[in-house]
Amino acid sequence: MEKILQVKNLELSFNTQAGEVKAIRGVNFDLNKGETLAIVGESGSGKSVTTKSIMRLLPEQSAEFKNGEILFGGRDLTKLSDKEMQKIRGKEISMIFQDPMTSLNPTMPIGRQLTEPLLKHQKISKTEAKKVAIDLLRLVGMPKPELRMKQYPHQFSGGQRQRIVIAISLACNPKILIADEPTTALDVTIQAQILELMKDLQKKIDTSIIFITHDLGVVANVADRVAVMYGGKIVEIGTVDDVFYNPQHPYTWGLLSSMPSLDTEDAKLYAIPGTPPDLLDPPKGDAFALRSEYALKIDMEQNPPFFKVSETHSAATWLLHPDAPQVEPPLTVIERMKKFPGSRYYEGGAV
Amino acid sequence: MTQKFDEIPELPKGSFERITLDAKQAERITKPSVSFWQDAWYRIRKNKGALFSLILFGLIVIMSFLGPVISPYEPNAQTITHANLPPKVPGIENLGILNGVGTLGGEKVDLYELKNVEVNYWFGTDGLGRDMFSRVWKGTQVSLFIAFVAAAIDMLIGVIYGGVSGYFGGRVDDFMQRIVEILTGIPNLVVVILFILIMDPGILAIIIALTITGWTGMSRVVRGQVLKYKSQEFVLAARTLGASDSRIIWKHLMPNVLGVIIINTMFTIPSAIFFEAFLSFIGLGLQAPDASLGTLINDGYALIQFAPHILAFPAILLSLIMIAFNLIGDGLRDALDPKMKD
Amino acid sequence: MAKYIGKRLIYMVITLALIATFTFFLMKILPGSPVASADKLSPEQRAVVEARYGLDKPLPVQYFDYMFGLVQGDLGISINQFKGADVTDVILSRMGPSAQIGFQGMVLGTVLGILLGMIAALRQNTWVDYTSTFVAIVGISIPSFVFASLLQYWFGLKWDLFPVALWNDGFMSSVLPSVALAMFPLATAARFIRTEMIEVLGSDYITLAKAKGASGSEIAFKHAFRNALIPLITVLGPMAVAILTGSLVVEQIFAIPGIGEQFVKSIMVNDFAIIMGTTIFFSVFLIVIILLVDILYGVIDPRIRLSGGKN
Repeated sequence: MEKILQVKNLELSFNTQAGEVKAIRGVNFDLNKGETLAIVGESGSGKSVTTKSIMRLLPEQSAEFKNGEILFGGRDLTKLSDKEMQKIRGKEISMIFQDPMTSLNPTMPIGRQLTEPLLKHQKISKTEAKKVAIDLLRLVGMPKPELRMKQYPHQFSGGQRQRIVIAISLACNPKILIADEPTTALDVTIQAQILELMKDLQKKIDTSIIFITHDLGVVANVADRVAVMYGGKIVEIGTVDDVFYNPQHPYTWGLLSSMPSLDTEDAKLYAIPGTPPDLLDPPKGDAFALRSEYALKIDMEQNPPFFKVSETHSAATWLLHPDAPQVEPPLTVIERMKKFPGSRYYEGGAV
Repeated sequence: MTQKFDEIPELPKGSFERITLDAKQAERITKPSVSFWQDAWYRIRKNKGALFSLILFGLIVIMSFLGPVISPYEPNAQTITHANLPPKVPGIENLGILNGVGTLGGEKVDLYELKNVEVNYWFGTDGLGRDMFSRVWKGTQVSLFIAFVAAAIDMLIGVIYGGVSGYFGGRVDDFMQRIVEILTGIPNLVVVILFILIMDPGILAIIIALTITGWTGMSRVVRGQVLKYKSQEFVLAARTLGASDSRIIWKHLMPNVLGVIIINTMFTIPSAIFFEAFLSFIGLGLQAPDASLGTLINDGYALIQFAPHILAFPAILLSLIMIAFNLIGDGLRDALDPKMKD
Repeated sequence: MAKYIGKRLIYMVITLALIATFTFFLMKILPGSPVASADKLSPEQRAVVEARYGLDKPLPVQYFDYMFGLVQGDLGISINQFKGADVTDVILSRMGPSAQIGFQGMVLGTVLGILLGMIAALRQNTWVDYTSTFVAIVGISIPSFVFASLLQYWFGLKWDLFPVALWNDGFMSSVLPSVALAMFPLATAARFIRTEMIEVLGSDYITLAKAKGASGSEIAFKHAFRNALIPLITVLGPMAVAILTGSLVVEQIFAIPGIGEQFVKSIMVNDFAIIMGTTIFFSVFLIVIILLVDILYGVIDPRIRLSGGKN
């Protein structure tokens, strides 16, 4: 499979008055052509920062790359000048944001906002750009696109605005589309429509998508692979089935257990105790150990390396070390693992 | 796969022992709990401009009382032979400033020597030979008094009016707001001047003129805040639990509205100081021999060419007070505005 | 929108009628006769003078005469200063200089203020920003008459660059007063634009514009500037008020034959007709400005324009 983006050992810090906040502490992942990679994690885990750093949208005064590289088309994005980045943003990589109510310029007709990237990145005339823009609006399912070009954002509903933002992001057929919680601010029914639209469009234009969310339900729906982030690191990465049905990291267990489900008999919803680590002064070993009931002594001293679970699946937890004791995951997780061929609880059947 | 699989180092025995951590430990609160006001005070202290202004303003207030006392001269005592003397401060005079040298007929001369004056006037004297030092501080006292009383009255009327209007709402609010709308339509300047005209000039006239429409700003802000908070859940909860109107107003609404009241007052004071000085400058202020910063500036302006120091000291003081108050107001607004919380 | 304007116009008329009534009766209860040196006149002479100005009629008649005149733009007759001249003519004849320095001050202040605020926001937390913030605070704090005196002292008296207090040198005469009046709008605009720009630059749609590949200058001018500029309209009203207030003293300091200078003079000599006329003129001016500003805001901001008013 062709790797379109490689993030290698990325470390990034924010220099704040209180000190250096180590927001990303060694992140590695690849994005394959045409796939959707979901990054999940709670607020402050570094998922948004990771993607914004790919786009270099973080404030240059305070955000600083400490280590690592972001390889895209043979170039390291962390090293490019702002001018060179401008040619990549919106053309090669584009982005959709969380809140469609605020991500469009309120005083500019949406037509101009749509044609802006076209005129910027492609050598076409204004009339042509307008035609492309109307086609894009039609593509994202906007009725009467010709009329709506002249309208302002406040004349559209939230769902419609997110469609417009999607249209803008797809204007130049980007190789990568980064969607930063694109459905969080929307009603559930609209959420489903937007997700459908994105899946549909991905098939049509064959773009790779990085999908950030904290909603595991959405992940199962759209993603091919999942990376679980915690405390500025990826702690587990694999295919959707790997992560959902054979999770290895205690944090992933916690996430899955806290997901409400219709068929759980136990009515009590699980909550992961404690709060995310303070990245001003991150813990020495496994950042999650302090909140984990499966903590080992070594977790307090040394950062766990990645252990390979299968060809597609790996996790960073000492529990996977050959010397580590066998632990019992939470019951809901065992239930899941029973369905996964290759897991130690497998009872037959298929996912 | 993409992850690097490092060589796993040999680990000492016992590394993989399970340990139990107190989950409560993970939930401990690391930041000390601070009240709203403690937090606001902390942020004011961090704001150097506001803190500096606060100290400067404190000094000015102290001096406005102390100044007329420590000066050997009465503010209104005239010594005609000592008229229009430039400032002279012993100790500093050798530095070439405040040395009693002024211009006479285009030449620089020590006017103290020329006029045979043995004593020193730190801020010089005015056209009637009155000591500027004691006059300036006395004037500051008067200006600040007018501003504070006017601001206090504005606050009182504004809070009550706005509070009643916002709290009771409905028709009461409608009626009260129509009145405010018309009042705010009348330019402040016009009202102030007209009122000054029909009253005997003096401190009282100025205070009444300043407050006659000045309270509308405060009442609008308070009404807005009360409207916003009274429909919020915590007030509804208090009401459901049987709290009386006065308890809701004092215990639940007031603490939330207090911030904007303070901020608004902080901006009323400099505007009152400005208007007092303005009225005095166009001749509608205090009458001689009473002095405020405005009348002093007016007097000084008449002699700007020959004795610029008479204008300089009150003008500098007025400007300092205005700057200090605006900085304090800005600082308070930032400190009390929870939206800005980092 | 039309309904909103209509409502505002009705309020405007009510407010003006109230101001006129209020001013009229206030002038009537003022101590002393409107006729200067009335004591020196014999009763017969006095009766003649009073009859000439309609002062012998009953008060309600005088009031209705006055209000009726107002509707037709007649502000009455000056008694003391200009012996029978039309107040409207007096005011109109003095409008030129006031309008010139007011307009110049407003434009100069706003343009410089916008620039200053923009630069400060784009170079946030640098010395440029701190300097601009300091200038703005000083500009808001120092009263225009202090500033005008300073300008006159240094640029007029000491360095002799501009006429000190003479309105005979055309544009040169208007420079210092205009600069003095410009300070407040400058400081207000600079503070306002800085805050707005910083807020706008941090908004999601600016991040999206960046994500579209827009360059720094495209973001600042195409996206941020317009959005930061529109709300500035809301402070144009207070700025106009400040310019008008300032003009009373600035015109006096620079001896400009404008309305403000005339007004202060009338107060000194108790020319009631001129005081009343000017008061009403000022009120109309400010009320109309504030109304225009509100309408302008509605016209320029698409969010208000198309939804027919926020309120």
